[in-house]
Amino acid sequence: MTTTAEHWQTEIRRAARGVRLRVLEHTIEHGGYLSQACSSAEMLTTLYLRAMKLGPSEGPMIPPPFGKDDVPGAGNPSHHSGAAYNGPKAPHYDRFFFSPTHYALSLYATLIEVGRLAPEGLAQFNQDGSSVEMIGGEHSPGHEVNGGSFGQAVSQAAGVAVARRLKGEPGHVWVFMSDGEFQEGQTWESFLTMAFHQVDNLTVVVDMNNQQVDGRMSDVMAIEPLPEKLRAFGAEVVVVNGHDIEAIQAATETEHPGRPLVILGYTSPTQGLEILQERYPYLHYVRFKSEDERRRYREFLALKRSEEVTGGDA
Amino acid sequence: MEMHKRVHARNLVAWAESRPEVLVLSGDLTSSCEIDTFRDSYPERFFSMGLTEQNTMSFCAGLAREGFVPMMHTFAVFMYRRALDQIEMSICYPNLRVRMFGFLPGVTTPGGATHQATNDVGVFRTLPNLTVLETGDATDVESVLDLSEQIDGPVYIRMIRGEIPRLFPTSEPMRLDTPRVLSEGTDITLFTTGICTEEALRAGMLLKSKGVSLEHVHVSTLKPFDSPQITASAAKAAHGVVTMENHSTIGGLGSAVAERMAEAGLSRPLTRIGLGDRYLHGSSKRYLMAEYGIDAYGLVRRLEEVLGEPLGITAEEVAASPVKTYVSEGQLEAL
Repeated sequence: MTTTAEHWQTEIRRAARGVRLRVLEHTIEHGGYLSQACSSAEMLTTLYLRAMKLGPSEGPMIPPPFGKDDVPGAGNPSHHSGAAYNGPKAPHYDRFFFSPTHYALSLYATLIEVGRLAPEGLAQFNQDGSSVEMIGGEHSPGHEVNGGSFGQAVSQAAGVAVARRLKGEPGHVWVFMSDGEFQEGQTWESFLTMAFHQVDNLTVVVDMNNQQVDGRMSDVMAIEPLPEKLRAFGAEVVVVNGHDIEAIQAATETEHPGRPLVILGYTSPTQGLEILQERYPYLHYVRFKSEDERRRYREFLALKRSEEVTGGDA
Repeated sequence: MEMHKRVHARNLVAWAESRPEVLVLSGDLTSSCEIDTFRDSYPERFFSMGLTEQNTMSFCAGLAREGFVPMMHTFAVFMYRRALDQIEMSICYPNLRVRMFGFLPGVTTPGGATHQATNDVGVFRTLPNLTVLETGDATDVESVLDLSEQIDGPVYIRMIRGEIPRLFPTSEPMRLDTPRVLSEGTDITLFTTGICTEEALRAGMLLKSKGVSLEHVHVSTLKPFDSPQITASAAKAAHGVVTMENHSTIGGLGSAVAERMAEAGLSRPLTRIGLGDRYLHGSSKRYLMAEYGIDAYGLVRRLEEVLGEPLGITAEEVAASPVKTYVSEGQLEAL
């Protein structure tokens, strides 16, 4: 038990471990984006529990269903937004933009761990007619935009940040991105623009897990050295171990006048779930094909849960 | 025919004065899109975005989410071709109040295939939530801003610029999904958009002198396309329905009219005059209009085919024919 740590660190570590095990449990039975939970758990839970100033959730603990008449349009002005789970929009509150929406399962699990979504809500994941979609849409809990076409969320968040500056709102804008998005031209257009227009009420947190569908990013389309590239594009860049919650939190407090802040959290796609190493580097979507495999992972899950009881670090 | 210069430049500044929520964004084409006067008048509401079109479309969505009305100005090709995914997912899906001003439709630029928006209407008509408008004269350009304000969702406006005619009185602004009936007749019904309307008006007097009874309708709303005027006018045509547009013959006005006629069970021969199923090349507007047959003379030749008889109208007569406008003549009843 980490009795010597401050309360907030204990809380975040508990939540991050909860995210991993919850996503593992789901993936064993249904398949899922499991490695993304391993890499992002500390960053997402630190954002929600410590860094972001969000009001209480306005979303129902059990997410509402979603159908063809619920998409935004002139005939449906009151469509619901997944941003309700991030609290009310108000000048003094922060805003959160979740870009790599295939990480949705990790975000749902985070919302459960931080008390914004009922555990039962995850039962709807990827079910027909549910808003808890496999690749989140802007109606899915915790989502505000359709980030799934990469590079668009950061540009939209930049527009929101400039709009908030025009309105004199003190609230900050946060964007969670994956490293693969730095292969998209639009991402670089966005950083060029934020530097030029001196957008400094925005912070981007990046999961640097070096993973994409075809395998290691360094084998598919290398992006490094990313810190130097982003600095050349005018961003304030802080490099951290993406599993070190104190480093993540400290990085979010970095001053960045006149420019956006980027926190590059270098992570492992198997962090906390060592058994996944056997699949490396093909971890984008994990599906267990045999009952024998499921049995081994169920045993591993049980082992991790017992460690949780005795206080081991996931 | 009255000609006016830089109508949008002047009009936008006056219109935006009392609308602080209106922001103007430029894709490094500030003078080319007639927003230099806006930039100089309201610098705090002008955003230079450079050549970042994909980013800019998503950025506009962010501004709109916060209650602003961003007006993106660039050449149409750099929006509908280069940034279509951003327009769809960042702007149209959430039904945001972003206004896209697309310049250089079809033959209105000598810039060649890279600069000529020849299938923008076809692409944009398939986008849910998007309203698609096209301007054809100074009154359209002036009144499209008021019209856009009434639309609670994204709007694409096919813009004309520079020296443009005034065909319609300022007292008769562009109205949503409300075609303008410019002449009534029973031989042929002709639907035109954009710069093609001026050409049809150029041919109008000659056709009348040859005894052709022409129903001519100017269309400025390409989506939605539900006006009962379309089928009502088409139904009057004894010989056939003709569409003429500065656009591919696939997906634009001609396709929209065909869909409405088919749905209504209206059986008439339909002739679609347009740029064909092809990319263009760089030449002057007049040269290209003649080459692709979307000028007054090209229209006359196609109408002869529809009527099945020569009209005895020469190219010289067409060139010398005045454009019959509706500015001084007033209401349709007087025609």
